[in-house]
Amino acid sequence: MNPNPYPKLHPGLNLGPAHGVAHEGSEAVLFGFWIFLMSDLIIFGILFATYAASTGPMAIAGGPRPTDLFDLVSVSIQTAFLLASSLTCGMAILAMKYGENVSRVKLWLVVTALLGAGFLTFELRDFASMMAHQGTPMRSAWLSSLYALVGLHGLHITMGLLWILTMLALIQVQRLSNKVKTRLLMFSLYWHFLDVIWIGIFSVVFLAGLV
Amino acid sequence: MSSLFGRLNGDVTPFTEAFNHPSVSSLVAAGAASMVVVGAVALLILLTWFRLWKPLWRDWLTSADHKKIGIMYIVLGLVMLARGVIEGVVMRGHQATALQGGFLSSEHYGELFTTHGTIMVLFVAVPLVVGFINIIVPLQIGARDMAFPVLNQVSLGLTAAGAVLLMVSLVIGKFSTGGWTSYPPYTGVVFSPGVGPDYWIWAVAISGIGSTLSGVNFAATIYKCRAPGMSLMRMPLFTWTALCAAIMLVYAMPPVTVSSLMLALDRYLGFHFFTNDLGGNMMNYANIFWMFGHPEVYILALPAYGVWSEVAATFSAKTIYGYDSLVIATMAIAVISFTVWLHHFFTMGQSTSVNIAFGIATMIIAVPTGVKVYDWMATLWRGRIRMTTPMIYLIGFFILFVIGGLTGVILANPTIDYQVHNTLFLVAHFHNVLIPAVLFGMLAGIHYWFPKLFGFRLDERLGRWTAYLWIVGFCLTFIPLYVLGLMGMPRRMATFTNPSYEPWVLIAGFGALVVLMALIMVLVTIGYSIRYRDKLAVPLGDPWDGRTLEWAIPAPAPAWNFAVIPKINSRDAFSTEKEKGNPYVRPQSYDDIAMPKATAHGFILCVAASVMGFALVWHIWWLTALSFAVIPVALIARAFVRETEQLIPAAEIAHAHDAWLNAVWSTRGVTRDEEDSPANRGLAAPDGGPA
Amino acid sequence: MNEERYERFHYIIGATASAILTVLAFGAMIIGEWDRTLALWVIGVSAVVQIVVQLRFFLHIDFSRQKREDLLLILFSLLMLTMLAGGTIWILGDLSKRMM
Ligand code: HEM
Ligand SMILES: [Cu+2]
Repeated sequence: MNPNPYPKLHPGLNLGPAHGVAHEGSEAVLFGFWIFLMSDLIIFGILFATYAASTGPMAIAGGPRPTDLFDLVSVSIQTAFLLASSLTCGMAILAMKYGENVSRVKLWLVVTALLGAGFLTFELRDFASMMAHQGTPMRSAWLSSLYALVGLHGLHITMGLLWILTMLALIQVQRLSNKVKTRLLMFSLYWHFLDVIWIGIFSVVFLAGLV
Repeated sequence: MSSLFGRLNGDVTPFTEAFNHPSVSSLVAAGAASMVVVGAVALLILLTWFRLWKPLWRDWLTSADHKKIGIMYIVLGLVMLARGVIEGVVMRGHQATALQGGFLSSEHYGELFTTHGTIMVLFVAVPLVVGFINIIVPLQIGARDMAFPVLNQVSLGLTAAGAVLLMVSLVIGKFSTGGWTSYPPYTGVVFSPGVGPDYWIWAVAISGIGSTLSGVNFAATIYKCRAPGMSLMRMPLFTWTALCAAIMLVYAMPPVTVSSLMLALDRYLGFHFFTNDLGGNMMNYANIFWMFGHPEVYILALPAYGVWSEVAATFSAKTIYGYDSLVIATMAIAVISFTVWLHHFFTMGQSTSVNIAFGIATMIIAVPTGVKVYDWMATLWRGRIRMTTPMIYLIGFFILFVIGGLTGVILANPTIDYQVHNTLFLVAHFHNVLIPAVLFGMLAGIHYWFPKLFGFRLDERLGRWTAYLWIVGFCLTFIPLYVLGLMGMPRRMATFTNPSYEPWVLIAGFGALVVLMALIMVLVTIGYSIRYRDKLAVPLGDPWDGRTLEWAIPAPAPAWNFAVIPKINSRDAFSTEKEKGNPYVRPQSYDDIAMPKATAHGFILCVAASVMGFALVWHIWWLTALSFAVIPVALIARAFVRETEQLIPAAEIAHAHDAWLNAVWSTRGVTRDEEDSPANRGLAAPDGGPA
Repeated sequence: MNEERYERFHYIIGATASAILTVLAFGAMIIGEWDRTLALWVIGVSAVVQIVVQLRFFLHIDFSRQKREDLLLILFSLLMLTMLAGGTIWILGDLSKRMM
């Protein structure tokens, strides 16, 4: 039922032949970026494995346990923020692909950034309250691996926000040039990828930790 | 003060140490430090004297040309090789006198094996391999450059930043004594409070990120930038091995980035990943490190295997035997090498079943490697063989590498490993695979491709002598270590008390001197060949009757590689054209070519990363923040650059290419008998040998 | 349906399905009150399904006219992830069992 039977160049949303050079030109760049993300995936994978191996009593070392620290309501709010931002990020890309509507692209990007910032706010608030209850990364191996994993994801989100701001400035100067289009596609891969990682985090860390 | 200079003060140089506590050991350290300082000053003076600053900046440091970046990698690798070999010789010299106490402190010996191992693996073997991939892959697949030329610069910059940190550590402060693996808790802050492990961490982490980016770049290039008709199964074997190595880099570098940064978190912020207390688990460090460490040796070995494939085919004038099996074996090695990492810590205490699983996987990996050796031998069979320098290395490789591989299979058996773990048997084993496979492979590659890069051959007579010296020196240095290992001599020990070790240690010490000679001979060969470059010139580009695409263009290869992108319709593309009888055709028309513009991006990131690493090591926080901030600013600024390419007009290309074609048509080709004579101008004539 | 609406629809399906699966996973906490294993299974399965949903609807990965090499890249990454993460859990789990 997919109505666009042109050959895809890479996984992810393709610009489509209407975009000519930008469509073709994005091929190698996006493929390369996929490879990079896969490398990043391995980094997260190792941290996940380390986390999973650090949940026993020895790793908790008499310090606070998941039930003492986690705030499920906050986690669900963060999840909602991130999922919504994934959707708005997709809308930004569609606005670029169809109609090349600069102000709509910008609007959706701003909304995405705000949702991302909302996510970060709640995450940092959680970190602060955990630390207030002795849940610092220096307290135990379990907490070290927790902060490393969740913190790295948060760091990625922060970089994503910086990236959105850069894209907004870039669009301001160069409009939707071919290069800008490719970069937006790259950004969207990055942002969706972070949402996928977050699924792992809320399932493995927070839900499995509390159940 | 301490907020301005962190842990830095006037007492951290080996000079003050040697002044305050003179001893042979501290004098050796001061000597090494002065070599770095004197070398750097001499370099600055020479550059100024010959007015080379501008060309250096314009043609090299800011160049995005994959060939130049590759050459810079190789130069980096050779410089670091010199340091690594000297350190090896000093260690061997020390142990040769160690029954009488030797001349180094054990602290100093510890620094030496740590820097030696780190340098040899990460700053010699990696730069050489990555350098060759950089240079050769685009030429073999008919591309004008890497998929991401500027990213390529950045990779080089980050690798160089790691090397800079290692060099600086000779002059300011002390390096780690924790071995190239840097196992905690010994390298944790409780047992090693100094700056040593921090130098190790940042050198490894920064250069590791550079290698990851190289892997991304190579894989994207090979997948997306091949000339029309160059299907995967038509790619030359070096490119195949490069592809597999690139993919391995993408998956194998993240572990070491993670493990070293986790160690950094432990040391800097008091985390508890690998500490003795509060739940830390140092066994996880060994686990993560070797997830990188083992694949790493195959990342290095595979491209060397690729060189062997090219060398064997070219110098026997035959198409490679068993192309398909070589490709499959390469892929098999790439995947299986991710399933064996536990063999580095069989003795850590896990159940027998775990050990057995990884032991079996380790033995299995020998099978595809064996397939390759047979394929190469079958390639030589009834070929038109010329015993050139690369072929001598190949023969040395055949014999020595098989021995090294077999001792590897022996070590793959956990019960045997329990006996020889941490002895010199292991040291003998890994030198026995790394030197004949990787180092000989790279030296063979230098001889083989040098003419393509610089337009003249390396002298054959000197080259052959060098190869013999390497082979003999290797045997003398490392075969005794097998014996010592079986006698029970532990690795990483500065001294020993058992007199029966001594004869073997002396032989190894003598061997190290032969290796040192071999290294000097490499430089002599290059120097001599530069001097007589007119006699050795091969401007027409095909000195060895090459089979693959890179030999179809002039030497040195022009900036744009191919005047027009070739169309490929077979394996051994250039050979096929030669067999058809018309390899050099003037293209019907020329087009303008867009090439990446020179940029200082990579250089800026190199400086920023070096400074950041240094500031982190010495806890100079303001400098850390400042240099770290440069990185996002540079990346963002780069996004706003509009013109990243420059056009080379068709007329200029036509002019250069036609001149070369005319030279080809007016020159007499040489047969393989004359390969090593001044008559060889780089044009091959058919010589009736077996096809 | 034109292309644009089709693709927007695609995103909305993805987001809705993800939302439902998230609610399911969080809801499993209630099951956890009396059956922990079952709850873990629900959380695990809905995570995997949600990842597949997002790969399909947000990242547009499909098995059809995809260029082979791209799909191989992703599958290969999953293989690597399984080997490295799975291996770690196996090794460290075994070690910690033997230390108990
Ligand atoms: C060319 C002459 C070489 C000499 C004379 C030499 C000598 C040595 C010596 C004496 C040691 C220390 C043994 C011990 O006491 O534990 C050592 C360790 C080592 N070497 Fe070499 N080596 C050479 C080349 C290489 C090469 C080419 C590589 C890798 C590509 C390499 C990699 C290593 C590694 C990884 C270690 C282990 C360091 C550690 O224990 O952490 N070596 N070598
Ligand atoms: Cu290994």
